[in-house]
Amino acid sequence: MITPTHYMMLSTALFAIGVIGVITRRNIIVIFMSIELMLNAVNINLIAFSYQLQDGIGQVFAIFVIAVAAAEAAVGLGIILAFYRNKETINIDEMNVMRW
Amino acid sequence: MAQSIAFYVLSTFILGFAVLVVTTRNTVHAVLFLVLNFLAVAALYVLLTAQFLAVIQVLVYAGGIVVLYLFVVMLVNLKRPPEDHMAPQRHNWIGFGLSALVLVELGAIIGYGAVAPAGPVGAQTSDLALNNVERVGMLLYTDYLIPFEVASMLLLVAMVGAIILAKREL
Repeated sequence: MITPTHYMMLSTALFAIGVIGVITRRNIIVIFMSIELMLNAVNINLIAFSYQLQDGIGQVFAIFVIAVAAAEAAVGLGIILAFYRNKETINIDEMNVMRW
Repeated sequence: MAQSIAFYVLSTFILGFAVLVVTTRNTVHAVLFLVLNFLAVAALYVLLTAQFLAVIQVLVYAGGIVVLYLFVVMLVNLKRPPEDHMAPQRHNWIGFGLSALVLVELGAIIGYGAVAPAGPVGAQTSDLALNNVERVGMLLYTDYLIPFEVASMLLLVAMVGAIILAKREL
């Protein structure tokens, strides 16, 4: 029998993989994809509880999360393009123009 | 029983493709693994009787966002691999340690939550499974109408912002 705990474990593992990607990779596009993985983990949690409680509100919030993720991807990738045009790099270790 | 098998198969796919997204050196391959991951998550939504969300997931994530990522990967012409320069003060083992800490914290929350069972409400087939689109749409256009409009405003602002950022000169 699959309980919400199983879904929470799955989403925890997915979230942790996303955290590892954000912290350890240096390619900023891969970092953005890791953020998408983390948002997906949140959505799995919301929908698992929507199913358990038979309440549609969790699904409504998942829709909002998807909308925000789409906006984040569009603006973030625009920033990457603008930065690449100026600096010719997408390595975050070289993105230090605003440090200090 | 069939639900358990489907859950474990889909979980394996989701976690496996997620690991591949994070570890692959080739960025184009990472984006393609991300598509497979999103499709597996959509199948999991179908298992959870959220059919509308599954369709949205395929359309918006696997269809829209991933194409955007592919465009950017193709537009940034990488003459040298982005991973070859590493800041000397960067230590990856600290990152892995912090990630393990996050995993332990979330696991502890689940562990404490699992002690108290979550309500007697069963997951039997109900109105939510049969009229999923109607139920979600009704909530979205009545109780959550103002957040819905704010989200549309956010998307408009993000669209204008993305165009301005990506434009060569204004």
